[in-house]
Amino acid sequence: MTAGPIREDFKEILRLVRPGSRVLDVGCGEGELLELLTREKGCDGQGLEISTKGVSACLARGLAVVQGDGDRDLDHFPTQAFDYAILSKTLQQMREPKHVLSELLRIADKAVVSVPNFGQWRVRWALLAKGRMPETKALPDPWYSTPNIHLCTLHDFTALCDDLNLRIDACAALSNGKPARPIDPTRAIENWRAETGLFLLSRKADAAPAPRQDLFG
Amino acid sequence: MSETATVPLDAASGGGTWRFPIDQPLRLDSGAQIAPLEIAYKTYGQLNADKSNAVLVCHALTGDQYLASTHPVTGKPGWWTRVVGPGLPLDPARYFIICSNVIGGCMGSTGPASINPETGAPYALAFPVITIADMARAQKMLVEALGIDTLFAVVGGSMGGMQVLQWAADYPEKLFSAICIAAAPRHSAQNIAFHEVGRAAIMADPDWRAGAYELAGVRPDKGLAVARMAAHITYLSESALQRKFGRELQRDGLSWGFDADFQVESYLRHQGSSFVDRFDANSYLYITRALDYFDLAAQHGGVLAQAFRKARDVRFCVLSFSSDWLYSTSESRDIVRALNAAGCRASFAEITTDKGHDAIFLDEPALDSALRGFLAAAAEKRGIA
Repeated sequence: MTAGPIREDFKEILRLVRPGSRVLDVGCGEGELLELLTREKGCDGQGLEISTKGVSACLARGLAVVQGDGDRDLDHFPTQAFDYAILSKTLQQMREPKHVLSELLRIADKAVVSVPNFGQWRVRWALLAKGRMPETKALPDPWYSTPNIHLCTLHDFTALCDDLNLRIDACAALSNGKPARPIDPTRAIENWRAETGLFLLSRKADAAPAPRQDLFG
Repeated sequence: MSETATVPLDAASGGGTWRFPIDQPLRLDSGAQIAPLEIAYKTYGQLNADKSNAVLVCHALTGDQYLASTHPVTGKPGWWTRVVGPGLPLDPARYFIICSNVIGGCMGSTGPASINPETGAPYALAFPVITIADMARAQKMLVEALGIDTLFAVVGGSMGGMQVLQWAADYPEKLFSAICIAAAPRHSAQNIAFHEVGRAAIMADPDWRAGAYELAGVRPDKGLAVARMAAHITYLSESALQRKFGRELQRDGLSWGFDADFQVESYLRHQGSSFVDRFDANSYLYITRALDYFDLAAQHGGVLAQAFRKARDVRFCVLSFSSDWLYSTSESRDIVRALNAAGCRASFAEITTDKGHDAIFLDEPALDSALRGFLAAAAEKRGIA
């Protein structure tokens, strides 16, 4: 059903996710990634998607999908219901990225999160040289119509992970459809080079998931 | 409700009335029992060799077993010919589809108009109060009598959706998948209030005779018609009513009286007067009461997720309509959250429409495609050709 070659970021996610695990894909779109995870890795997948078109496409593919909003509906999933929560290139579109990130790691043992790097040299150059909001391949929309309301650099993101007591188990740079390249996101050079950072996160051993009241009271 | 162009499947249907002997009573939540029990049902398609393709469709408050067959009283095509038929999401070429009249109903299953074996006269108000769980229990008796151990799917909208939830709570091991459309996990105060208006209208009709109208040879048609008129408003959205009727008049100019000046009045009066031809007033009382008593969480220590604890192997699909204010999207979301909390595999979609609760029965392509996708994927998983 999936036409054409597998996207490089999906390839990297497929590599990171353990076979047979329970996966929640937040903002699953039309379910391409979930279908790959189900087919290639035998995962038990669940999608969360806001658009009616995406939800219909997922249903047609036989995927379990809940129509909802990552900003609002994560709170209703029970603690540690999944092995992985995936949030692909949408954290910067959330109203409360910090809350969403901590929710992902309450719901799941591990999170796979990718964020466009606002520290990349192309972005810095566009702002420095032209004095205009950058429009790049990873961030193609003009400032007035971009869905990206909370942009960050790789270093901003790693600082947030520290703040939330999260451990970065793996990180890869993704650039312009090239194969993923493992990086140390704390290095300044990577904060210059990477177009997008893809992170595998978990809670640090001493940090228990924030207790919250689920539907079992 | 207005039907779109449809083809009833009269020649291709089976069914009849299953009569359970007196030593196989239906045991009710109230502690009472019904014996002998009769269940009227229709079937479409053939049960396959490994009996894995059976689908139970549960009907709504005023529905019946004439799912995709010409209705014997109204002559209209079945109530879900848009969904059940060749090439449609529930295709009789693929599935063995069963639809039974709920107990308490008036289309052949045992109800208040049936003969009370103790008196030889119609039960009327001697009929015991029933619940949604009692309806599901009776359906389970029928399904087992038909030689089916596991249903591929149980499907229903509105009250039918509540029966679906009850099946998932009470008989999860008998289900492969469950589709709950425009339903709620409980009846709200507003839901109960509207039903009380309907019941009050019936009981205020002098021909109701404390329920014993059949012996007196009369029918509380006026009261039942008013009950239907009030209820029908709750099935439509404000914008659908406005779009359909606005302030359009029946004739040129006002009558300066109380005739049906407005088209919406005439429409409601027609809904009321045609309803009484096919429905029994006491059945309306009993079935609305069953709905009012429905509170799935209360049956499970006040925690809805507990109702689904044993249903983790069931594939759920929950659908709601954006303009439904009778059983709104937020109620469906409560169901989905409870399913998620219980660790069930659940899909949920809110279908954008201005048709209100009645969208279950109307031309709503997004509903068809959701049903089609979910059922096809589940059938593949189940190995149904």
